Amino acid sequence: MTAVDVRGLRKSFKGVSVLCGVDFAVSRGEIFALLGSNGAGKTTAVNILSTLLRPDGGSARVCGFDVSDRPDEVRKSISLTGQFAAVDDILTGRENLILIAKLRDVAAAKQTAAELLERFGLTDAADRRAGTYSGGMKRRLDIAMSLVDDPPVVFLDEPTTGLDPEGRLEVWKTVKELAGGGTTILLTTQYLEEAEQLADKIAILHEGRIIASGTLDELKKLFPPAKVEYVEKQPTLEEIFLAIIGKNIETEGN
Amino acid sequence: MNGKTGVLFGRLMRHILRSPDTIITVAITPIAIMLMFVYVFGGAITASLPSGVNYVNYQLPGILLMAINSGISYTAFRMFGDRQSGIFSRFHSMPIRRSSALWAHVFVSLVSNMLTVAIIFLVALPMGFRSSAGILEWLSVAGILALFTLALTWVAVIPGLVAKSAEGASVFSYPLIFLPMFSSAFAPTETMPAAVRWFAENQPITSIVETLRSLLNAEPAGNEIWIALAWCAGIALVAYFFAMRAYGRA
Ligand SMILES: Nc1ncnc2c1ncn2[C@@H]1O[C@H](COP(=O)(O)OP(=O)(O)OP(=O)(O)O)[C@@H](O)[C@H]1O
Ligand SMILES: [Mg+2]
Repeated sequence: MTAVDVRGLRKSFKGVSVLCGVDFAVSRGEIFALLGSNGAGKTTAVNILSTLLRPDGGSARVCGFDVSDRPDEVRKSISLTGQFAAVDDILTGRENLILIAKLRDVAAAKQTAAELLERFGLTDAADRRAGTYSGGMKRRLDIAMSLVDDPPVVFLDEPTTGLDPEGRLEVWKTVKELAGGGTTILLTTQYLEEAEQLADKIAILHEGRIIASGTLDELKKLFPPAKVEYVEKQPTLEEIFLAIIGKNIETEGN
Repeated sequence: MNGKTGVLFGRLMRHILRSPDTIITVAITPIAIMLMFVYVFGGAITASLPSGVNYVNYQLPGILLMAINSGISYTAFRMFGDRQSGIFSRFHSMPIRRSSALWAHVFVSLVSNMLTVAIIFLVALPMGFRSSAGILEWLSVAGILALFTLALTWVAVIPGLVAKSAEGASVFSYPLIFLPMFSSAFAPTETMPAAVRWFAENQPITSIVETLRSLLNAEPAGNEIWIALAWCAGIALVAYFFAMRAYGRA
């Protein structure tokens, strides 16, 4: 089953093309990493999938619903954790979670909030204003808010950017647990290591197109044979990424 | 108000109750101006008014409108904050009616400005404000102040949605704050130079002020009330149209 199906997706801002025909598909229960450098269009793609932006062309479906034709159905199936933590600084952590639970018509809002606080190690800080939280705590609260009511598809836009190594490991653990529970996860990242650690499938977004996609093993096969001499050393995704981009530029040049 | 708008309204009211200074700050400048008009210029101005006019009563409607004119800049400011923090995007990606996030701000603007207005009425009492208005007149006063707030709230929503900085979201209200000075709110228009007088007599503040003054003194408001209502409704409709267009794009 396909949870997210993107075909020929195009989007431009004021005449500048950001996505020029993006294709990828995410299966149910999979962790899918959209990898790209600054300005590659990751946030744009995620915002289209979360119905915040309208695509200029192509199609995007979430759980079978087209984002343009059935945005209400799409919103019922997803939750978005944006690139920058979107929590209410004036409310406490608990109040933030209760707010989302009420908006999602969760019957036991208080209990849901308490459970998520516990799960994300925020119980001690639960009744402090979120504005006083550290960056890592805010991010954890932000992700917890996205998990209220267990949406089947979760979008995480650069969930670990700005976190220290410990915070990053915590988020990784959370993502793995979520996927273990059957949730489909589409995450974006600039960290090649992150994609390598977490993702079942990886797609590399570069200059508005998916230039490579597949499992880590499949991507490793794309590693240019010119470097076969280093075969004892496993290539990192970073090397693959740079190699593919380099190759791409070469072919364009020819 | 549907259920979700109510939840979002509760959220914003919490913001206000946790920083009550927003209501007090909004009330303080108009109160200071009221003290100045009543205790500094009041004696001189009263001399040119028909005898028996209570100047505290006379200038109060202008002060109330001034407070609303500045109060709505907080509405723009709060909306900008919600856009900036990503909270708006979060709400818009959730299965709730999209406009709920906007209406919550509108209702909060209405309630918080009415609180400010109530504070100013209370301050005016010991200064000598007295009203012979009956229940119907008081209801009309409340209705006109609410309609005026609503109209200006929709004006404020526009910069709240399109501004690129917090300052940009709220500067639009500065000229509005001075608008009552160029009306019949504090002094009769007869002694003003022709151009200023023409502006003062034809701008919305004057008809609204005259209407509120008549209602509070339990005098017939005549035609002014219809002009005042037409101004409020007109501003509300035009601003609503542009605000909704901006919201569709946001
Ligand atoms: N609303 C907008 N108006 C104009 N240009 C935009 C807008 N949103 C994005 N862009 C441009 O589109 C390009 C892609 O932006 P996007 O935010 O999708 O990239 P990203 O991959 O998420 O980058 P980052 O890693 O920095 O978050 C950038 O060049 C950006 O300047
Ligand atoms: Mg981004």
